[in-house]
Amino acid sequence: MEKSLSWREFIITRLIQSSGYSAVLFVALIFFFLLREGLPALGEVEISTLFSARWYPIEEYFGVLPLISGSLIVTLGATLVAVPFGIGTAVFISEIAPRWVREILKPFVELLGGLPSVVLGFLGILVVSPFLRVFLDLPTGLTALTGSLLLGGIAVPTVVSVAEDALDSVPRAYREGAWALGATRWQTIWRVTLPAAKSGVLTAVMLGVGRAIGETMTVMMVTGNAPVLATGLGSLFSPVRTMTATIAAEMGEVANGSVHYHTLFFIGMVLFLISFIVNIIASSVVFRAKKRAERILS
Amino acid sequence: MKRFLTLLLSAFLIASCSSSGETTTSNSPANYIENKGSDTIVNLALAWAEKYQTDHPDVRISVTGGGSGTGIAALVNGTVDIANASRKIKDEEIAEAQANGVEPLEHIIARDAIAVVVNPQNPVSQLTLQQISDIYSGKYTNWTEVGGEDRPIVRLSRETNSGTHVYFLETVLRLGSKEDKTLFSTNTLLLPSSEGIISEVRDNPNAIGYDGLGYVPDDLKMIAIAKEEGGEYVLPSIETVNDKTYAIARDLYMYTDGDPTGVIKEYLDWILSAEAQQIVAELGFVPVK
Repeated sequence: MEKSLSWREFIITRLIQSSGYSAVLFVALIFFFLLREGLPALGEVEISTLFSARWYPIEEYFGVLPLISGSLIVTLGATLVAVPFGIGTAVFISEIAPRWVREILKPFVELLGGLPSVVLGFLGILVVSPFLRVFLDLPTGLTALTGSLLLGGIAVPTVVSVAEDALDSVPRAYREGAWALGATRWQTIWRVTLPAAKSGVLTAVMLGVGRAIGETMTVMMVTGNAPVLATGLGSLFSPVRTMTATIAAEMGEVANGSVHYHTLFFIGMVLFLISFIVNIIASSVVFRAKKRAERILS
Repeated sequence: MKRFLTLLLSAFLIASCSSSGETTTSNSPANYIENKGSDTIVNLALAWAEKYQTDHPDVRISVTGGGSGTGIAALVNGTVDIANASRKIKDEEIAEAQANGVEPLEHIIARDAIAVVVNPQNPVSQLTLQQISDIYSGKYTNWTEVGGEDRPIVRLSRETNSGTHVYFLETVLRLGSKEDKTLFSTNTLLLPSSEGIISEVRDNPNAIGYDGLGYVPDDLKMIAIAKEEGGEYVLPSIETVNDKTYAIARDLYMYTDGDPTGVIKEYLDWILSAEAQQIVAELGFVPVK
């Protein structure tokens, strides 16, 4: 009896252990796979071609710069939309709204997060893009801005739920202390609660950015996919082509092992690298914030 | 021990992934036809398959789109019986197929014309091939340059993996010349679907787009095209495609691995029959006979 119990214990422990390790293993495997398929592009395509401004793969133009700049500009726009809206909503839900409003708002924001991105893409094509074309008098409504607005909408629920958790975990005593000192509600939020939850809010922003840069379907539908090198903020109002949309649109067609195939994986590597950097920045910021908090508290 | 278990687990996962992918194709029964490829042909292929299956209940035909290249790649890999293509198979694809032991055989199954479309509000109603080429290469950027209103030109195109895109590039942008290296202007919008192009043209008076004649709805304006300056401007229609007066028309293909046998042969023979070619006309394509 006892023996079988210890056996079961052993198996369960190992199973849990291996599922934990497998996450690391899979990330490593994916990374090596990306490297194996993507690095040959550096040998097959001249570096000057790879970092040129023309992407037209069926005629051997493999310039990835327009795609990188396209992704960056759409993500930047999405961040500008998602951060104020997301943090604002989180502050409202956690600090201001009465209990019953919070009970309604939270599930609805989470529902928004579960909306399939194809549906948002349709909304973009049929509503947002015609509206922007007429309202801003643009040649076409399929622009980086349209993508940014919709991606912002996609990233908002992520930002809200993480930031709201962070604000919620700020001890009540902090707020009561501020109130006791005569601070208004706004002063309490702006000077006490938000700074105290800073690391969590920053994590929320970074997760939102990560969500935006990796999004594919919506941007493919609404940004026009024209591989034009973005040169400034003006490009926000013209069509762009993102890295994710390029991979999604072209991977189905490409011959296995061809130069085009390796270049698409190279783009995947760049994308992986960018989200990796975003994650590192996020965790280093959180780490630093924690150290400072510990110093103050000790 | 720890490492061994991890390895075992991952090996098991990898094995289960790869085996589930193969079973669907290797166990297919003899009267099952897998048909895949060009998005231009997919509606036609579906209509054929539907009609054929009601007349022959013992035959199952599965039709999927994805693009000409996707279909041919699937034929090369041996995962489909018939590949649909809106362009001729490329030499390197034939070489790849032969390396895999597949002999692609070509069947012309219908004809198709590409219509150039604009918003009904746009007063421009006729263009030469050269003008369309100059619009798409970025030489013209305003509609006044081709006799229209003072509006910017917004160029719409299918994605580069679409057979329609390649055909338009070769026939219109480069006017059929092999040496011509004209490219689409970089700010040409590459839309992933026919519907994307149609909805943008319907909505945007600045836009110009192109798509298969079978996909153009009545509420868009088709452009009459002349092969050269001073030539006759011809609107696309079944008659003008068949008498070869319309400039942008092409053959549509199905490819099989070698001479088709059994069910596949019967199906292809039926496709060239009068009954099946009637469906071609109903869908806005042009019958071969």
